[in-house]
Amino acid sequence: MQRHFDEDLKKLNVNIMKMASLTEEAIQKATQALKDRDASLAKAIIEEDRRIDEMELLIEEEAIDLLARMQPMASDLRFITTGMKINSELERIADLAVNIAQRALEIASMPLLKPLIDIPKLSALASSMVRSSIDAFVNHDEALARKVILSDSEADSLKDLIQKELINDYMIKDSKTVDRAVPLLLVARHLERICDHATNIAEDIIYMVQAKIVKHHPEKLKENNVI
Amino acid sequence: MAKIQVTDLDLWYSDFQALKKINLAIEQKHITAIIGPSGCGKSTLLRVFNRMNDLVEGIKMQGKVLIDDENILDPTTDLVHLRKKVGMVFQRPNPFPLSIYDNLVFGLKVHGTKRNLEPFVERSLKAVFLWEELKDRLNRSALGLTLEQRQRLCIARLIAVKPDILLMDEPCSALDPQSTAGIEELMRELKKDFTIVIVTHNMQQAARVSDDTGFMLLGELVEFNKTEIIFTKPHDSRTEGYITGRYG
Repeated sequence: MQRHFDEDLKKLNVNIMKMASLTEEAIQKATQALKDRDASLAKAIIEEDRRIDEMELLIEEEAIDLLARMQPMASDLRFITTGMKINSELERIADLAVNIAQRALEIASMPLLKPLIDIPKLSALASSMVRSSIDAFVNHDEALARKVILSDSEADSLKDLIQKELINDYMIKDSKTVDRAVPLLLVARHLERICDHATNIAEDIIYMVQAKIVKHHPEKLKENNVI
Repeated sequence: MAKIQVTDLDLWYSDFQALKKINLAIEQKHITAIIGPSGCGKSTLLRVFNRMNDLVEGIKMQGKVLIDDENILDPTTDLVHLRKKVGMVFQRPNPFPLSIYDNLVFGLKVHGTKRNLEPFVERSLKAVFLWEELKDRLNRSALGLTLEQRQRLCIARLIAVKPDILLMDEPCSALDPQSTAGIEELMRELKKDFTIVIVTHNMQQAARVSDDTGFMLLGELVEFNKTEIIFTKPHDSRTEGYITGRYG
């Protein structure tokens, strides 16, 4: 039987996709602003965040409305609760993009410390993890969600590499570079956090599709009598 | 302009006041649900809208009920015309012990339609998604249908006389969950063409199906608002108590 409820769920789905595409755009633009030392682009990203915040509230309200009115069960319930979690994750990701834009603003007027190579690489990875996690949500694609989770270690290694290079090759060697190196250090940290949030989304999707909890490795927590 | 505008409506059954100063605006082509515990006056209010209470002895009403800007409480109201315009679906599906076809044309004949009735039958059955199932057995008895089909048939019977407003008094309480879901889907289709007022003690049904909800208690309309507000952030603590199951 065709349900009117399916249309409501579709609407929620579409709004989450819109939120995801705004967020992904924010990450890409923030990295661009950093790379090009473009203060006006950085300011625009900070300004745009208001739209993402509004979108978050709209999605939350829609989801609460569906929970209260439709008494969703099983896969419908998992879809809505996962949608709510993804919504929060995306909002946090967008806030981190704002943080990157703020760092871009800080260094826009300073001479370039070094050509940026690994940071754009990490940014591309972060964007692709966010995009894949949303694709996995839209297509209920558990395999893609697992791939996102596996990419997280790559993000961690890349962040460590950037961190080591900035500390060892610049900050230790020449303390005058610290004011330009620290913002880049923070950017690497922000990008790595974005990858963590994408991983959280992917874990939620596995729950949605398979009704199986994979975050915090529950089997290990059970073995150690934590839960 | 609201389809139904109720202003300061009081209703007494002899000495017992069943409705107290009801004020309410029912929007056109919305589904409006009235919820509340047994005996709160919700069915009485529904029956005001097509003057079904008139036969109750000792009944007295005061106030105004405007439908399309006409006060239907006015003694000069043409009740046959009113009940054509404002049809009612009851708790238990009540088809006449006649053929499916005769059930559908019954109202048309009462209202004097003598023309070719076939198109009316087809249109009404299509509106309730029964045409494909029943088109080859229109001459069979309506009593042979399942409960859900009977309830759909009763709705089709109303639709045949082209009403504006459908009143539904617990239309699913005799049906199983599957059939209930079927009727709820039908209601959401029907609201494209009709204004629907439903009385239900099934709060979840009101939440699922309606645009606006009124909560009644002891003859009073405690709160009336958009359904999502009633079920997520009601303003009155009595509404909150009722919908969370702490009260009533």
